[in-house]
Amino acid sequence: MTASNALRLAIDIGGTFTDTVLVAGEDTILASTKTLTTHQSPADGAMEGAARVMAQAGRSLSEVTGFIHGTTLATNALIERRGARVATVTTEGFRDILEIAYERRYSQYDINLEKPDLLVPRERSLTIRERMSAEGSVLIAMEDSAVEALIAELDASGAEAVAVCLMHAYANPEHERRLREILAARRPGLTVSISSEISPEAREFDRLCTTVANAYIQPLMETYLAQFAERFSAEGVTCPILMMTAGGGMCTIQTAARFPIRLVESGPAGGAILAARIAAQAGLDQVLSFDVGGTTAKLCLIDNARPQTSRQFEIARAARFIKGSGMPVRIPVIEMIEIGAGGGSIAGVDRLGRLTVGPKSAGSEPGPVAFGRGGTEPTVTDSDITLGYIVPETFAEGHIRIDPEASKEALSRVIGSRLDLDDTGAADGVSRIVDESMASAARMHAVESGKDLGARTMIAFGGNGPLHATRVARSAGVARIVMPPNPGVGSAVGFLFAPVSFEIVRSRYALLEDMDLDGVNTLFAQMIDEARSVVAQGAGEAEALVQRTAFMRYSGQGHEIEIALPDRDLTAQDLGPLTAAFEAEYAKQFSRPVPGMKIEILNWAVRVATPDAEVPPVPDVPELRTIAPAAHRPIICDVDGREKQAAFVPRASLKPGDRIIGPALITEPQTTTLVSADFSAHADAIGNLVLIRDQKGDKQ
Amino acid sequence: MTALSQDLSPAGLQVMWNRLLAVVEEQGQTLIRAAFSPIVRECGDISAGIFDAQGQMLAQAVTGTPGHINTMAEAVMHLRDRFPAETMKPGDIYMTNDPWLASGHLNDFLLMMPVFKGDRVVGFTSCTSHLVDLGGLGMGPEGSDIYDEGLLIPPCKLVAEGEPNTLLLDIVRANSREPVANEGDIYALIACCEAGAARLAGMMEEFGLSDLDALGAYIIETSRRGTVQAIAEVPEGVYRNVLRMDGYESELELHATLTVSQGGMHVDFTGTSGCSSKGINVPLNYATAYTVFALRCIVGPDIPNNAGSLAPFTVDGPKGCILNAQRPVPVAMRHTLGQVTPDLVLGCLHQALPDRVPAEGASCMFDLPMRHAPEVARDGGREFAIEPVHNGGTGARPHADGLSATAYPSGVYGSQVEITEAVAPVIIWRRELRPDSGGAGKYRGGLGQRIEMTSANGAPFIVFLSVERLKFPALGRMGGLPGALGRIRFRDGVRDIPGKGELRVGAGDCLVFETPGGGGFGDPLERDSEALALDLRRGLVTEEGARAYGGGR
Repeated sequence: MTASNALRLAIDIGGTFTDTVLVAGEDTILASTKTLTTHQSPADGAMEGAARVMAQAGRSLSEVTGFIHGTTLATNALIERRGARVATVTTEGFRDILEIAYERRYSQYDINLEKPDLLVPRERSLTIRERMSAEGSVLIAMEDSAVEALIAELDASGAEAVAVCLMHAYANPEHERRLREILAARRPGLTVSISSEISPEAREFDRLCTTVANAYIQPLMETYLAQFAERFSAEGVTCPILMMTAGGGMCTIQTAARFPIRLVESGPAGGAILAARIAAQAGLDQVLSFDVGGTTAKLCLIDNARPQTSRQFEIARAARFIKGSGMPVRIPVIEMIEIGAGGGSIAGVDRLGRLTVGPKSAGSEPGPVAFGRGGTEPTVTDSDITLGYIVPETFAEGHIRIDPEASKEALSRVIGSRLDLDDTGAADGVSRIVDESMASAARMHAVESGKDLGARTMIAFGGNGPLHATRVARSAGVARIVMPPNPGVGSAVGFLFAPVSFEIVRSRYALLEDMDLDGVNTLFAQMIDEARSVVAQGAGEAEALVQRTAFMRYSGQGHEIEIALPDRDLTAQDLGPLTAAFEAEYAKQFSRPVPGMKIEILNWAVRVATPDAEVPPVPDVPELRTIAPAAHRPIICDVDGREKQAAFVPRASLKPGDRIIGPALITEPQTTTLVSADFSAHADAIGNLVLIRDQKGDKQ
Repeated sequence: MTALSQDLSPAGLQVMWNRLLAVVEEQGQTLIRAAFSPIVRECGDISAGIFDAQGQMLAQAVTGTPGHINTMAEAVMHLRDRFPAETMKPGDIYMTNDPWLASGHLNDFLLMMPVFKGDRVVGFTSCTSHLVDLGGLGMGPEGSDIYDEGLLIPPCKLVAEGEPNTLLLDIVRANSREPVANEGDIYALIACCEAGAARLAGMMEEFGLSDLDALGAYIIETSRRGTVQAIAEVPEGVYRNVLRMDGYESELELHATLTVSQGGMHVDFTGTSGCSSKGINVPLNYATAYTVFALRCIVGPDIPNNAGSLAPFTVDGPKGCILNAQRPVPVAMRHTLGQVTPDLVLGCLHQALPDRVPAEGASCMFDLPMRHAPEVARDGGREFAIEPVHNGGTGARPHADGLSATAYPSGVYGSQVEITEAVAPVIIWRRELRPDSGGAGKYRGGLGQRIEMTSANGAPFIVFLSVERLKFPALGRMGGLPGALGRIRFRDGVRDIPGKGELRVGAGDCLVFETPGGGGFGDPLERDSEALALDLRRGLVTEEGARAYGGGR
């Protein structure tokens, strides 16, 4: 859909920075910039970024033909508890779905833990008499008198938004829809989210949480989106603004206002899309994307240029990074794991004398000790400075003054003195602990996904990704790394490659062997209609592809396997091939199928999306030329811990085919790539840096 | 992979320790993903561990239930002693499900695999998982001896140089109602051992280790020292506690004496009632696991489980008492009482650390296996078998209220009503917190819940009960009041239903479960008036219940 005269703008509003990228045609970056996020009125910072890239490129906003926007506003509103006053309506007898949840503690040994705050206290948890069966038949009708009583209770509760989640509403949404209609007529000021629309999946706790989260941010996001669009329209933008979703697709502002929960974590999704595009260009079928910022590292597995997806996500964890300590939301997301390890992660020694790093972070305020902004606890960045990997005079284009002596002092004081190490020994220890924990997270994620890491290529970006990539890759057994150009604004660049898409997952329980085919086909027809109409709003007449999926598992087993279905009605002849497809995938993940076991399906999904643009392959580079670097800097080698001279090369000076043998530091405005002694690096034809581990590191 | 020179610096050792912990967690995840038993999937009822050549445990996965702590460590020692290392070959795997050697009942299979470097055994990996069915009377308390409970496999070689023992697998299949699932689970266990062994060997290669001696010594010594330091903060002394429990055919007393000395903590169960004639008896290895788990929640919870952190904790009890059940008594439901041993021993520890130990909780989960009545299958009706799990309240903490409807000490997940109703012909009409069920106190106990259930299609079904605290409540501490008793009955029934045995639910019956509440902590009169007002507003405490706090606001 992008013609050669296309001019496209992507704006990613993050917690600290707003990244803006302007692209001509398919992928020619004309300008990019980072501005500070303006929390009071985020559109101000976005407008400043837009004005800057337009000025740099000598273009005007009225020429923009495509505009993609992603924001952390939805996520932050949930984390910072800045949403609406929500009341829930559940079926009589089920007032406590939120509080009962899964009846478990997220940390086995912590007797003092507090459960996550799920936004709606019991006094605003209301019920109504009605009941559907698991098959969707009415067991108890919803009487008008019950609705009247409910309205009175809602009035008394002071609710601004309502989340309705009735039992088995995914199987029959009739009562939820009627309730919404009546409320819309009688209390037009209330925003109402119904579970059968927001997340039509079985599991009342997850469905209610998702509906609550949607209702919680809906009034805020509605206002924000309207103002944002109005502001840019006033400045001359004529094209529609599309919003980036957590699932890695784009939707219209209208859809975003209905389903604001789908906007959470759209920034990181952009990074994964960028990595997927690079994978497609470079013909890499197994990739690990590795995005490290100041506070966290985010990892995503990408197979055949498609980021791994999931249907569940956790927001606002009570104990950060501990699974199960947050509020689950069931929406289509790009599956990522996030761990508390970044440049600002704080290092220390625990009472057993063990070296620890993170998850506590010094963030940007006070920041690492070396920044001289009041930080006193050594961070990962301090250890990278001490090891010589961050060169003070080129850091952040010289905007931030670095004091290496302060880093060394902090490392010696907090770690060295307790473990009998000098400053470089302490720095080396910090680096190895944090890199091992990132590598462990990657390995664990691969195991949980039934995949292997060894054969993967790592695509590294974010401010600290290129700096730690070789160390983490070594520990994870990965031998090849790619760093894209502009790694600092990777997410915003990724937005430009996202399709317009919408995905719906719906529950309907079936055993494969005696499935009601007509029922399933009708279900799919409804879902496809709904998804198509949403996509058509953003993509107009453009062609849209339909992907049908069933989530299958052996009866009694918990792990679901995603099986693609043909894009047509299912017939009895399909059951054999589907069984075979499931068993083949099962065998791939668990080494052998289990003959004789029944197969069941609870969830069915439809994704409608515009097709991905053709990606031209990366042209071959001429013969690699090993270049002799002009400058060197001393570093502590991460392979053997000895001091060595590392080549010191600006990335901008590298031409396609130029090759550098590690150890080397390749610098650019927003980050530095460490090429360890056991790696070599070369520039490919489109400006990627490719690092290859050659296994000689320890023999130097 | 490049072989690095062996690095035994503090950071180097620590990186390797972290790696070992990651390897066992990966092993554990592999097993959970592939398992068929619902209790494994929902509760993570598995374990995985790595051991040095002497059989000392170096790392163990933190999984859903504490029942494998210690038991795995002791089982591996036993298997290693039984089968001399010099007779082992690469690819061999040993196993047993002997409740007194593995994990307290027949369903838990324990496998152990030697890890080789060249022709030398340098360590072991081990894993445990709960299998669905091993014949006998099935998972329930009705057995009269261990022989009623199903198939016991003594320590033996399950896999010889990569080749599974087909006769043994045939025997397991032939003795189970769920042969396919059992076989799937055994293969998952084998795969888990092999994956762990391969990862350990790969790690040793990567880090240039020829043995685990120096790393093992570092892990064990660091952990032991940290644990002993944590114990040193507990006042020395001898502390006693008694719990009264419902039991099966008669009420029981559980006694514990905790001796805190400089080097460790010892628990003795002398005084505890003798065994039941039904399967609620507990082998000592399992009672030890939950006892040590509870102590470690308070003393050194941040130190990983291994030979060093576990060694300072010892547990004993007279042979034949219900917490040290001897062959051949039935033990299938050993978790019913096993799960209350934390309350027992924490009652001792509270005397030493009054400000750090929570009140008693519901503790024993309401694990409710149910299936179609026999005649339903005979008449061609819908067959089903499910095992929903629900919990009561936890005890109030010294500085916070207890958690309502939350599992402790086990780590089970409660079942979702919509899933239960999708897979079985039952309807759950209510699942709500029970107001006033949390024991009053400065900090209130967690609330229990009320669940109402009928058949969905008029066909009768059977529930297998083995739950506790229907007669004796969870007690409070420091003046806190007890939580509400659990209760089971038919809505229109005259009498309450006892907590153990088989229960038939007919077409017109509405079965009502009320799970127990947790005990309160501290004097109810000291409860913050705003906290009480909030409880009243939220309906967690009623006006009548507020009397326990001195008449409400």
